Amino acid sequence: MYTETVRDYFLNPRNVGSLDHADGIGEVGNAKCGDVMKISIKVEDDRITDVRFETFGCAAAIASSSIATEMIKGKTLDEALQVTNRDVLNALGGLPAEKIHCSLLAEEGIRAAVEDYRSRMAESA
Amino acid sequence: MEQRRVYLDHSATTPVDDRVLEAMMPFFKGDFGNPNSIHAWGRRVREHVNGAREHVASLLGAEPREIIFTGGGSEADNLAIKGAAFALKARGKHVITSAIEHHAVLDTVKWLGENGFDVTILPVDAQGMVSPETFRNSLREDTVFATVMYANNEVGTVQPIAELGAICRERGILFHTDAVQAAGHIPIDVRTLPVDMLTLSAHKMYGPKGVGALYLRKGVRIPPLVHGGGQEFGLRSGTENTAGIVGFGEAALLALDRFENGDDEKERFLRDKLIDGIQARIDAVLLTGHRTQRLPFHASVCIEHIEGEAMLLRLDAVGIGASSGSACTSGSLDPSHVLLAMGLSHVTAHGSLRLSLGKDTTEADIDYVLDALPPVVETLRAMSPFGRK
Ligand SMILES: Cc1ncc(COP(=O)(O)O)c(C=O)c1O
Ligand code: FES
Repeated sequence: MYTETVRDYFLNPRNVGSLDHADGIGEVGNAKCGDVMKISIKVEDDRITDVRFETFGCAAAIASSSIATEMIKGKTLDEALQVTNRDVLNALGGLPAEKIHCSLLAEEGIRAAVEDYRSRMAESA
Repeated sequence: MEQRRVYLDHSATTPVDDRVLEAMMPFFKGDFGNPNSIHAWGRRVREHVNGAREHVASLLGAEPREIIFTGGGSEADNLAIKGAAFALKARGKHVITSAIEHHAVLDTVKWLGENGFDVTILPVDAQGMVSPETFRNSLREDTVFATVMYANNEVGTVQPIAELGAICRERGILFHTDAVQAAGHIPIDVRTLPVDMLTLSAHKMYGPKGVGALYLRKGVRIPPLVHGGGQEFGLRSGTENTAGIVGFGEAALLALDRFENGDDEKERFLRDKLIDGIQARIDAVLLTGHRTQRLPFHASVCIEHIEGEAMLLRLDAVGIGASSGSACTSGSLDPSHVLLAMGLSHVTAHGSLRLSLGKDTTEADIDYVLDALPPVVETLRAMSPFGRK
């Protein structure tokens, strides 16, 4: 049911964990099945220099969040915001229909982390 | 070294025993006759179908005439429930079941509810047990039929069927139990057990898939689900699945042998070793279902902070086959109705894991699982925002 890429990212996830001094943290949940994804980012000069994820969810959710962290690392915040669940899906080689929403969680997680960073910046400004 | 493979999903289905397969083979080739034919080909096969009926009857202490072969457990449940409703609709419209039934029962009863019947779905306690007291209190003047499963497939809890059946008998209510998970694993004797109908499925007891039976107590009259040529005493038309039926008969005999040898005790020992071992090695684990009133081959838990599907795939990667009632394993994205009925939160139900042993499961298999599971849990907890670091 899962592609080799999904299996790989699920069994050997990249960028697991949380950053000690994260500049932005996005925690999003899936109202439907109760999954939670947390993405922490480190930002320098508007660019994401480091990123980690933690996911309480299925294999598709874990693989989606892991591959999403790779996709946004090194990108500017605006570029990161362009990453959609479509991109995550494509990178994974697709997901079963009932698992599409798990990739949406990754998109929302990135968005939330960037927004968190920007609101912190706005507050300290 | 080749990786060990440990199948612990016998509640989903069991492998066909070699002796069962051997008994079935002639009926695909050679003894291919239609048991309803007059000629030698047919008569020969009829004898074997009759023999299988006797064997399945002997598993339950029933008479052969009380065994109706069907195309599986779901069909037998449907025959019992729709049949009872149809037979009794003039007497009353109230039907009772429990919240933890298999969908073959629950959805059938709900369908009755959409078609003129009044349905009561009884709650269960935290162990998944239906209380006879609650059951009694739910009875009405117009209650005509009740169905409560013998043992639950997801959490293994064995229900107080004798008590529930006795209450029904007292009140003249027709009583059915889905014994698909129990039959062949727990001795059942309908000579003393007050049930009117009882469902069996061959593939949960080392027989083939697509064959089941309804035990229908002598004197209980229900209409058929499948009309036609009048096979199975007019209750299930269609040319018999002869190979499947013969295989089911053989599986019933083998189950009786296992009871005689005390094999269920061995299974129970391994089950307890597994449950105790998991609880000793992993923290924040909740046993689901009753600790002692449970199927001898069934272990089920909820492991906090992680999700079931992820666990299953990681276990699969190390050669272990298991199942889960987590929301992420269901197409509907809701956790299992059984876990929710037991009062578990969505979050806890997320970590559901079911390990169901088989007659050929060894202690080395259990040791392997007890070694393999903790690292899987640790890895996933390390990835979880809720896992303790
Ligand atoms: C309790 C219970 N009832 C009914 C069934 C359905 O049986 P079958 O698969 O033979 O239709 C199952 C099997 O999943 C079961 O576990
Ligand atoms: S996270 Fe629940 S289905 Fe993917």
